[in-house]
Amino acid sequence: MASANTTERPLSPAKERGKFARLLRKYALQIAIVFVALLLWAFFFWRSPLTWGSYAIYNSLMSTTPYFALMAIPLTLVVVAKEIDLSFGSIMAWGMAAFSVVFMALRDTNPQLGVYLGFLACLLAGLFAGWLNGFIVVKLGIPSLVTTIGTQFFWRGVVLVVTDGQGLGMTVVKETILYNLFVGRFLGVIPAQFLWTIAFGIIVWFFLNHHKFGAHVYLVGDNVDSARLMGVDVERTKIATFAVVGVAAAFAGFVVSEQVLFLWPTLGDGYLLNTLASVFLGGTSVFGGTGTVFGTFVAAFIIAIINPGIVAAGWTAYWTQLIYGFIIVVSVALQSILRKRLT
Amino acid sequence: MEYVLQMKNISKTFGEVAALHHVNFEVGTNEIVGLLGDNGAGKSTLVKIITGYHCPDPGGEIFWKQEKVSHLTVSKARDLGIEVVYQERALADLQSLWRNIFMGRELSNRLGVLDQRGMVRETRKLMSTAMGFTSSAVTPESTVGTFSGGERQGVAITRALYFEAELIILDEPTMGLSISETRKCLDFVDGIKQAGKSAIFIDHNIVHVYPVADRIVVLDRGTIAGQFQKGELKFDELIDRLTHLAQTGHLETNHPKAR
Ligand SMILES: Nc1ncnc2c1ncn2[C@@H]1O[C@H](COP(=O)(O)OP(=O)(O)OP(=O)(O)O)[C@@H](O)[C@H]1O
Ligand SMILES: [Mg+2]
Repeated sequence: MASANTTERPLSPAKERGKFARLLRKYALQIAIVFVALLLWAFFFWRSPLTWGSYAIYNSLMSTTPYFALMAIPLTLVVVAKEIDLSFGSIMAWGMAAFSVVFMALRDTNPQLGVYLGFLACLLAGLFAGWLNGFIVVKLGIPSLVTTIGTQFFWRGVVLVVTDGQGLGMTVVKETILYNLFVGRFLGVIPAQFLWTIAFGIIVWFFLNHHKFGAHVYLVGDNVDSARLMGVDVERTKIATFAVVGVAAAFAGFVVSEQVLFLWPTLGDGYLLNTLASVFLGGTSVFGGTGTVFGTFVAAFIIAIINPGIVAAGWTAYWTQLIYGFIIVVSVALQSILRKRLT
Repeated sequence: MEYVLQMKNISKTFGEVAALHHVNFEVGTNEIVGLLGDNGAGKSTLVKIITGYHCPDPGGEIFWKQEKVSHLTVSKARDLGIEVVYQERALADLQSLWRNIFMGRELSNRLGVLDQRGMVRETRKLMSTAMGFTSSAVTPESTVGTFSGGERQGVAITRALYFEAELIILDEPTMGLSISETRKCLDFVDGIKQAGKSAIFIDHNIVHVYPVADRIVVLDRGTIAGQFQKGELKFDELIDRLTHLAQTGHLETNHPKAR
């Protein structure tokens, strides 16, 4: 047991430094992303101290960032597994379409029960849509890019048919505990959905980094042939990542609708760009095999402050889209460069 | 002789390519089988059928310790006690050493929560013993993409060693190894013999195969061209016959083809 002894002996200063350097290298991307966030925030603060010095902006960030952070977090798993999902926006609405069907059936007899069962239906619908994405990708061997563009249109179509293109008032939700639970104010100040996003982030982080499932997600994304040769269930792993995105998207759809107390059939439009940008800016590689939930989480807030930051600084909001697109291209390009340098 | 593994009438077709036709192949208990054959003869394909990666064409049968195994999968084969050092090494370059060692059967509790400490500790132990890594730059957390060819091989071999197998398959393990590393690898095959286990050893270099193998099987364009017991044939004679096979497509054997 000589090896065990050497590790227990106190490390020499040089070794200590080596260890520190290694840790630094290991968490370099995460440290970098935090610095980017702080720098950007400081910059915006400098441009508009009034806006960034008041609580209102943070309240609004904590309410609205979860809408896409909730999806960006599990999307990290899909991208680490070297796949992509573009259908989550439509799945948000599809989940709520399922909600509306159940809710309408019970509206006259027991509207509160309708909300609870509707919420359950919403999650199940999301789970199914996510699973279907994975099933098509894995079993039929169709690239996920193509598959999820297809299902994106398909579910949007289903929503329009089911809702007949009409919106639905959701004020009844206010009478259930689901309202306070998901979009209430914790201690009167902190939006509940922000805490849910943190909790969800921690759960997904745990599964990615400390569970067999996550280990397999990394392996599948890194080298799918090796993973298969070594007995990793590639199919099941990939399907599971898509399924988690499906449930999360449905949940996000519910939270958004709860917040505005109205269900729009267009729900989910406009989340594609910022969700994807969060994942890629967060350091998750399009080439698969690497990525962190922490990076995605921080990046989601970077993405979130760009729009208000620009507006508060007095520039036109038209810049926002340009910057999102720019961020995606630059972060993906950086990954490509990093990858070439590392291997 | 008792067989650990018996394969009957195994064929494998990839679209147009018939990689194996009607192969009968077996490995005895505590037997080291050397598998020889030209590039594309079907050696790796045979290996991947044994490990459950490829499914043989209908009609083929596989027996593990005289019991028929239907629907062999990679994890089932591992549970039976079959370990492989694949020709392509089967590593994940961006992942850490310990994640590669435990790829596909991570140590975990019943809920699937990883025992990371345990895996890192085992990896560190293996590094100083089996892998013989001396470079201080390599730790269990190092990503294997940065390793040298020999180190990568070491990882693949050690991984097969760690999970005490009944049958260990080595598909060209000495490819790209230095002389001393090759020596270590051959000692390792000898060690399998001493431990009472079985092995299939694939190598293009007959000099490597001849001394360690109990039996040599020659595969040629998807069929078994012939086989020789140890001692039945001198090294030079074997070389002559293999050269003859390469030139004429016919292998002289002292025995009828099907044993
Ligand atoms: N997955 C596959 N799809 C299609 N053809 C394949 C596949 N795997 C192997 N083959 C073909 O089957 C034949 C046998 O290949 P195999 O890899 O078993 O040969 P080998 O004896 O291991 O050769 P080498 O000594 O070069 O490793 C080759 O013609 C190869 O092209
Ligand atoms: Mg081969």
